Amino acid sequence: MEVSSDREDIYTPGELDREEGQVIEELKAKSQEAIPDPDEWLEEDLERNILLTSVDAIINWARRSSLWTAMCFPACCAIEIMAVEGPRFDLSRFGMDILRASPRQADLMITAGTLTWKMAPNVLRIYNQMPEPKWVIAMGACGISGGIFRSSYNVVPGYNRIIPVDVYVPGCPPRPEALIHGIRMLQRKIAGEPVLPDLPQFLQKGKQG
Amino acid sequence: MTVALSGKEIASQIEEKFPDSIEESSQESLVVKSDSLLSVAAFLKDTGSLKFDYLNYITAVDYYSYFEVLYQLTSLEHNHSVIIKTRCHGRENPAVPSVIGLWQGADFQEREIYDLMGINFTGHPNMKRLFLWEGFPGYPLRKDYL
Repeated sequence: MEVSSDREDIYTPGELDREEGQVIEELKAKSQEAIPDPDEWLEEDLERNILLTSVDAIINWARRSSLWTAMCFPACCAIEIMAVEGPRFDLSRFGMDILRASPRQADLMITAGTLTWKMAPNVLRIYNQMPEPKWVIAMGACGISGGIFRSSYNVVPGYNRIIPVDVYVPGCPPRPEALIHGIRMLQRKIAGEPVLPDLPQFLQKGKQG
Repeated sequence: MTVALSGKEIASQIEEKFPDSIEESSQESLVVKSDSLLSVAAFLKDTGSLKFDYLNYITAVDYYSYFEVLYQLTSLEHNHSVIIKTRCHGRENPAVPSVIGLWQGADFQEREIYDLMGINFTGHPNMKRLFLWEGFPGYPLRKDYL
């Protein structure tokens, strides 16, 4: 359908095309030389963009800020762990809200609960499957010493009978604040650990293990 | 509410069918001789007016001179229950017949009693320790355990 218009065009025929050509010609005439890269800063303040630290400090910072817990909670202290994980006490603040179902992805074991001798080989196996470096928090009276079941015929009197423990958190069960305090203590301990092992000692340990 | 049937009444019913199978009976419970336990239990389960089709629990008591194994039975149809007991003498190898053929739920409970009390349930297909491990010395729930 043909559109009829009574209006006169404001542009004469071909005027827009000529204007466009003029713009292009002007830009082309202006752009014969390359614009220099903005690289003055390289010469000015190179030092300001480099952070100097030690390998120990940066690796330990990474390690203590992302402690992932192996899901191995044999008894009732696990309820307090759930409280700590939850929004009220919010363990995510310490970069460790992720509970790993596989011990191979974990580097912290929180021993929440009474351990029986029948369960002990399985806990030891979980510990052995965790990759180095790994840490253990003995949580609650049962984790520390067997608690009220210490003299029982089937209870392990403290996790330190089967695995090395870094931090002991007493209580039956410990308050979430106490567990968080224990985790903070462990983080301080990790911050002071050397990243590279003392080599002769490390090799000796490997032979034994 | 489940009606607890009188042990004496049930004992008289059992005595009619199986004479000389009841050691004693009271309002609360009845004590069955262990050699006639299986036939009495089958009678309690299959008789239409009793129909004890559900085994609530099995437990055992150490009375020094004998062990008593205790069964609480419930009829889901008639909503009544009864407690029957049986005794086994001797601390070396006490034994009572297993009721696993009548009530499947007896399986783990009989194993637990074997584990902790040392009572052998003859006829149980898998009579081994449940909570403790092979090689554990003694039976911890016995009165003479350390």
